Amino acid sequence: MDPKLINDCVHCGFCLPTCPTYALWGEEMDSPRGRIHLMKQHVEGTPITPEMAGHFDACLGCMACVTACPSGVRYDRLIEQTRVEVERQHVREPHDRAVRGLVFSLFPYPRRLRLLRPTMWLAERMAPFLTRANPSLGAMATLAPRVRHRQRLPRLVRARGERRATVGMLLGCVQREFFPQVNAATARVLALEGCDVVVPPEQGCCGALSVHSGRDGQARRLASRTIRAFERAGVDTVVVNAAGCGSSMKEYGELLGHEPPFRVVDLSEYLAELGPVAKRHPLPLTVAYHDACHLAHAQGVRAQPRELLSAIPELELREIPESAICCGSAGTYNLLQPEAARDLGDRKARAVGTTGAELLVSANPGCTMQIAAAMRRGGSAIRVAHTAEVLDASLRGVTL
Amino acid sequence: MMDTLVAALRSVLPADSVITDPVRLRTYECDGLTYHRATPGVVVLPGTAEQVAQVVRLCNEHGVPFVARGSGTGLSGGALPREDGVLIVTSKMRAVLEIDLANRRAVVEPGVTNLAITEAVRDQGYYYAPDPSSQQVCSIGGNVAENSGGAHCLKYGFTVNHVEACEIVTPDGDLVTLDRMDPGYDLLGAFIGSEGTLGIATKITVRLSRAPEAVTTVLAAFESIEQGGQAVSAIIGAGIVPAAIEMMDALAIEAAEAAVACSYPEGAGAVLIVELDGPAAEVELQFARLRQICANAFELRVAADAAERAAIWKGRKSAFAAVGRISPAYIVQDGVVPRTSLPAVLAAIDRLSAEHGIRVANVFHAGDGNLHPLVLFDDEEPGAGERAEVVSGAILDLCVEHGGSITGEHGVGVDKARYMPKMFSADDLDTMQLVRCAFDPRGLANPGKVFPTPRLCGEVPGVRKGVHPLVESGKAEQF
Repeated sequence: MDPKLINDCVHCGFCLPTCPTYALWGEEMDSPRGRIHLMKQHVEGTPITPEMAGHFDACLGCMACVTACPSGVRYDRLIEQTRVEVERQHVREPHDRAVRGLVFSLFPYPRRLRLLRPTMWLAERMAPFLTRANPSLGAMATLAPRVRHRQRLPRLVRARGERRATVGMLLGCVQREFFPQVNAATARVLALEGCDVVVPPEQGCCGALSVHSGRDGQARRLASRTIRAFERAGVDTVVVNAAGCGSSMKEYGELLGHEPPFRVVDLSEYLAELGPVAKRHPLPLTVAYHDACHLAHAQGVRAQPRELLSAIPELELREIPESAICCGSAGTYNLLQPEAARDLGDRKARAVGTTGAELLVSANPGCTMQIAAAMRRGGSAIRVAHTAEVLDASLRGVTL
Repeated sequence: MMDTLVAALRSVLPADSVITDPVRLRTYECDGLTYHRATPGVVVLPGTAEQVAQVVRLCNEHGVPFVARGSGTGLSGGALPREDGVLIVTSKMRAVLEIDLANRRAVVEPGVTNLAITEAVRDQGYYYAPDPSSQQVCSIGGNVAENSGGAHCLKYGFTVNHVEACEIVTPDGDLVTLDRMDPGYDLLGAFIGSEGTLGIATKITVRLSRAPEAVTTVLAAFESIEQGGQAVSAIIGAGIVPAAIEMMDALAIEAAEAAVACSYPEGAGAVLIVELDGPAAEVELQFARLRQICANAFELRVAADAAERAAIWKGRKSAFAAVGRISPAYIVQDGVVPRTSLPAVLAAIDRLSAEHGIRVANVFHAGDGNLHPLVLFDDEEPGAGERAEVVSGAILDLCVEHGGSITGEHGVGVDKARYMPKMFSADDLDTMQLVRCAFDPRGLANPGKVFPTPRLCGEVPGVRKGVHPLVESGKAEQF
């Protein structure tokens, strides 16, 4: 933990109202200001106590505080460094260790996730039993989406019409295995807008989950592999459609100490920059757009997805109140801190409910699963889609 | 003593609302003013007014002092904890209980943030007028304790002008309501701004204001701070009462620019933010006059819409924290001077700054002469903190010399208590103590704040001995 970064905090408290855990509990130790204070205590010689570790673990890493901070405190760097320190020094309870071991040996590995696919239909029925055994396992089962048929993307998707650019595309792990239709839609939209889309088959996990959980060794390994895959593909731009992956790929330079030989952009950021050429067909829908934290706070991408959606004829975009507060998904948070995640999910579901929208759109699979599950719990199920799927439907002139 | 008190606290509060773990306790060691620190003996997070009352009664039974805290954004150390005391944090009490638009009132719990009140009624065309720069964070309970102001107080007044009633827990643990409409002494007036020394507000009835028909926000850039100061005097002299007149000097602009990229005009020695509001016709007329007055501004920017207005304000409202970008540490002062003395005082601050080699950034509510000099220093550099303290104190001396005050809106707290004798005679302070003793004879409510040294009955330990001089001279009676 870098004392210089810690000292940037002037204790003004502007971060408090944007912090999801402070919104839930109203306690200093579970606010960014309080956590930075705990980091300071540790740097000044206090060993990491179980209480301290608990407050760090409770942080969602949503980065809303980074957006709110007028002093420019790099809380994102601080919490990442802290998590590494916690992993090194803090001995967790056996059940906590087991759950973490399971999560981190499963999610960053698409092939292992694939093995789970045939069992997913069971998940919903198993959920109550699993919850009793362990809340984290229960949360995993509750959140599990109904998987569709596998859709494999070819190595190269050719541009339709005149070629305007060539881009690489990240498939993601959860996205690839559980939401293949989102990747298919992304590739189609890019192709329809005149891009050759290169999809290196040897790409794996980008390392985001590991970075955000203090597993820096694993993170570096996965990041290097991802860089190699796109380097070999020879692209200078990599388009990412999952907010969490995009934000950590944009920080490869800080993780590895050298910048990758390509630029990383979010899908909506790239499309807005490229400008539309394909015709938009009307989609008569009311849409609530949810800001994924790793898109809005970590990447500062807020306006572009809204512009893209608003440009679709007959689509009405509605704003969700408290849009800056995290939905509780936060990577693996809803698996590792199921109670807090559930409360935040319910809060977000109520906010989404007030918009009266028919469709919830977001740019992160985790958020979508989390909010959809919370809305089902609240008895007001809502249809969900990724920004790419909405654009794809409009570009192709099909219903969503 | 503390052990038996903690056991008693646990019996009246939920288990997770009593904090005794030393690592957790330390996160409460200071509020927005980090210069003063003390780890509280125990922290409690009550959820209801009744729980606050029970905690205060237990403190009384055990003779233990207590300090109230809201969001911990205060800038005078008003919520500095006591190591031998209980810190009562109201951040879990944040429900908007009632909105009564017909009577233009809202009833809220003390932990509700200032801005949350406005957000609750904005769609209906109302708002809560006082707007401290920390309004999205600071709690209304803290606003009441400090009688907080904000940029728009020039026209609309302070917290005291916008609170209709308070339910409070008195220092001996009774739950009572003070209402503006109560006949007799204005106890509510005495309570607001008492900095936690007369009790803890547990329910606040605030006045809601109708959003103005028209708002015009102007950013005027001047080459020098003197020109800006002259414009301020001319505006007020012309009989215009803007909703706000704010000024920032070059150093403050630099900080705000680094923090929020507010794109203020380049090369400005000072910027003025002037906001006119009210009926459209009036605003239009005032704006025409303002344009003439600011003729020597090298750039005059008018916000075209709400987004542009927010952009202009963003630089100003984030200025304090933004200073973190250009200096490792700072002290923010809160002196007040008559508007006419602004140029002289600012020039004197400049001299002080040069003399001690300490940079001072100026951000202030120019309309009412409320200065917020930010005294910048590097806390790693030996002696710098002390020199900053000297400059900071000298600035307050200047304010008093010019017939002003040591605090405009941040409160006295612990930070400015030692400057109180510069403004008030021993008799004055004694008289204030009489008021305090009427509410808090045992001196358990936020002791060590506001008043310089333990005097009379006020401070722990011990109760006032002997007859008060005013009583003796027949000028006052004690009941």
